[in-house]
Amino acid sequence: MKIEVLGTGCSKCAQLEAVVKEAVAKSGKFAQIEKVEDITKIMEYQVISTPGLVIDGNVVSTGKLLSVDEVAQLIKEHSTTN
Amino acid sequence: MWYELSKEFIYGFIGLEGKLADAIHFFVYDTIKIWFLLLSIIFAVSFLRTWVNTEYVRAHLQGKSSFYGHVGASLFGIITPFCSCSAIPLFLGFIQARIPLGVTFSYLISAPMNNEIAIAMLFGIFGLKVTMIYIAFGLTVAILGGWIIGKLSMEKEILMEVKPIEGELEATLVKLTFKQRAKEAWDYSVDIFKKIYIYVMIGVGAGAWIHGYIPTDFIAQYTGEGNPFAVIIAVLMGIPMYSNAAGVMPLVEVLTSKGMLLGTALSFMMAVTALSLPEALILKKIISLKLIGLFFAIVGSGIITIGYLFNFIL
Repeated sequence: MKIEVLGTGCSKCAQLEAVVKEAVAKSGKFAQIEKVEDITKIMEYQVISTPGLVIDGNVVSTGKLLSVDEVAQLIKEHSTTN
Repeated sequence: MWYELSKEFIYGFIGLEGKLADAIHFFVYDTIKIWFLLLSIIFAVSFLRTWVNTEYVRAHLQGKSSFYGHVGASLFGIITPFCSCSAIPLFLGFIQARIPLGVTFSYLISAPMNNEIAIAMLFGIFGLKVTMIYIAFGLTVAILGGWIIGKLSMEKEILMEVKPIEGELEATLVKLTFKQRAKEAWDYSVDIFKKIYIYVMIGVGAGAWIHGYIPTDFIAQYTGEGNPFAVIIAVLMGIPMYSNAAGVMPLVEVLTSKGMLLGTALSFMMAVTALSLPEALILKKIISLKLIGLFFAIVGSGIITIGYLFNFIL
């Protein structure tokens, strides 16, 4: 599983990255976490409100600072499809 | 009702008297009233917002006529959130969807100016009429400002090459249950409230002090009819104050009650929200200084015109 946090450096983006790390640790799953700061890459995902969250190439949230539980839920939903 | 109740508490229950009691009463009454209104209005706006996100606005505005684009972008600016930190993806994203530059600017002007904090503060302090006037004039500046920028063919001033997306974007409203929407809106409101409640207290506190101790003549002389440049000075002073809208507005209230003209006050508040230095610095990465200068000049002169117009009419 690959999780990407999209954000150009706003404080919420950094917070979301921390939240994702915590959620992954809690879930006990193996996931690669990447912070994407390159605007061209962010645009390729069609995301225009940051922070954005991408799991395995699917945009699952935009413009929101999610809670650990919400991210954990999203990870769960998207890992069953694999 | 709350006015009498808080008055009874300060004068009757605690037993204070005189100037100090007036100041404390004003402080307690205003702070709590504004807190309550802030929470309710931010909740209402963010609840509406759970249907419409920025991606929806972009898809909705794609391929629309120029008139619809400018008006629609300005109206959407009222309910959608705006953070200067996401100005870049937003700006490029609009251009990428082939939304005209002028329409993009209409949105960029309206979104920060008509933000829920400013609206809630205005409503709490000045009441419905002034809030409506503020929104109406704010929309006018956004629509006309964006339209003028669009007419000037500034597309070459975008410093980054943006590859347009092929085809139509699908405009889908965000799907959530009612409970999820309420929860999201509540969490967001509390989050914002935690960030600004202290500024409300500081602003109202400073206001209470001015209210009690600074003579009216002094304020009227510098901010009222005695000073023909008041509007221009107010706009220049408003530019660096973006993040403090919640603290600045209670001060403006006191200044108005002491003789500052309402048009000057309106111009000042619009400058605080619409012209922000951090936003300009962020946009500098993707658009030329020339276009940023133009953007500030057009919005600034629009706001100044409104101030003078208002002072003249009232």
